[in-house]
Amino acid sequence: MDRESNVYTVTYAVIMTVIVAVALAFLATSLQPRQYANEQLSTKMDILKAVGLDDLEKEEAARVYDERIEGIVLNVDMEMTSDTVNALDIDLAKEGKKPMEERRYPLWKYTEGEDVRYIVPMSGSGLWDRIWGYVALEDDYATIAGISMDHKAETPGLGAEIKDNPEDYNAPYVGKSIYNDEGEFVAVKMKKGSKDDPDHQIDAITGATITSDGVNEMLYEDLKSYLPYFKKLKTS
Amino acid sequence: MADTATASSGTLMGKKERRLLTDPFNDNNPITVQVLGICSALAVTSALKPSLVMAIAVVFVCAFSNLAISLLRKGIPGRIRMIVQLTVIAALVTLVEQSLKAFQYDLYKQLSVYVGLIITNCIIMGRLEAFAMGNKPWQSFLDGVGNGVGYGVILLAVAFFREFLGKGQIFGYQLLGEWYVGNALMLAPPAAMFIIGLIIWFQRARNTELVDVS
Repeated sequence: MDRESNVYTVTYAVIMTVIVAVALAFLATSLQPRQYANEQLSTKMDILKAVGLDDLEKEEAARVYDERIEGIVLNVDMEMTSDTVNALDIDLAKEGKKPMEERRYPLWKYTEGEDVRYIVPMSGSGLWDRIWGYVALEDDYATIAGISMDHKAETPGLGAEIKDNPEDYNAPYVGKSIYNDEGEFVAVKMKKGSKDDPDHQIDAITGATITSDGVNEMLYEDLKSYLPYFKKLKTS
Repeated sequence: MADTATASSGTLMGKKERRLLTDPFNDNNPITVQVLGICSALAVTSALKPSLVMAIAVVFVCAFSNLAISLLRKGIPGRIRMIVQLTVIAALVTLVEQSLKAFQYDLYKQLSVYVGLIITNCIIMGRLEAFAMGNKPWQSFLDGVGNGVGYGVILLAVAFFREFLGKGQIFGYQLLGEWYVGNALMLAPPAAMFIIGLIIWFQRARNTELVDVS
């Protein structure tokens, strides 16, 4: 057959495309369960990091998570939803695009003996791409017990410090209150010098103002949505 | 290019076959001599570990796409040969990416989009066009391994300097003490440009024949 004829060319293209497509579809489906398990475990480890458990091995992290953490899914009125969706499966970035009344708010409750903490997920934008994280509150619903953050593409050495340098940019949050002395919600902000309000500020990352601003915004906005729920817990 | 001519000496590991493997290290290095694949060399080399994985992925894709195209070379319609080459590369890259996601999730997260971007790595397509379309499968496979490794070696060399000077670490282990203040510039992509430039300078100073090649 003539290699340059149209019929040959088109037939060749069609057959090759079908073979490659079938092969890749088979590969994707067979690896999917493993990939899903990896994603879930990675989220679980991020959540555990927010309550200070950041040095667990994978198997142990899965066990500790199952023992101590309970996922809760809230609707926009901060009531527990009846649908049986797993809190880990909720993608905050996608929820943010839904109409208000359809949004779901995942939350995690950490219990170890007497110790109870609530872990709130956060999602926002850094300089280059998405940033996200988890912030844990003590059971006074006001004091930050821990925070963990991650990013897709922040600059190494600058914005990426929110993940790479927990000592300077995660640890200082611990123990700070998200309410000021008047009982007003102020969250905790990254600010250069952190001098004018040290109780509610930590020192920002030099050279990464936009990442710092992104962190401030996501912490403020995402904590704010959960405040009615915490208020409810407090009064009950 | 001289190497489009058939390179086969009849035996499995003859002199010509060995040259296919060793040339890309030295006088025909894809990055420093052919100046291909620079973009990914800038992007992933801020640490050694992702660079190593990237290098392995490129060796794999380069070797097997060369092999596949060489096997198909007599049947590929001339007018769509580039599309066929790209489909083969894309399929192999997807295989690598999905496997990483399933078996090495941490590295998958670290490399993020760059594994997918192997598809656009000009080294691979360049080798398919220049070599695999005109040579037998075994020679093509070796050429792919050689070029992939040639690329990987430069990647690791760049990553070594960037990680060491940028963070004082090698493969994530802290070598320099607290006194060392990491050079953030080394972690930013332009540093790869400086280092590749220095490597090219060094190589051409040693072998002046290369000076007019590109």
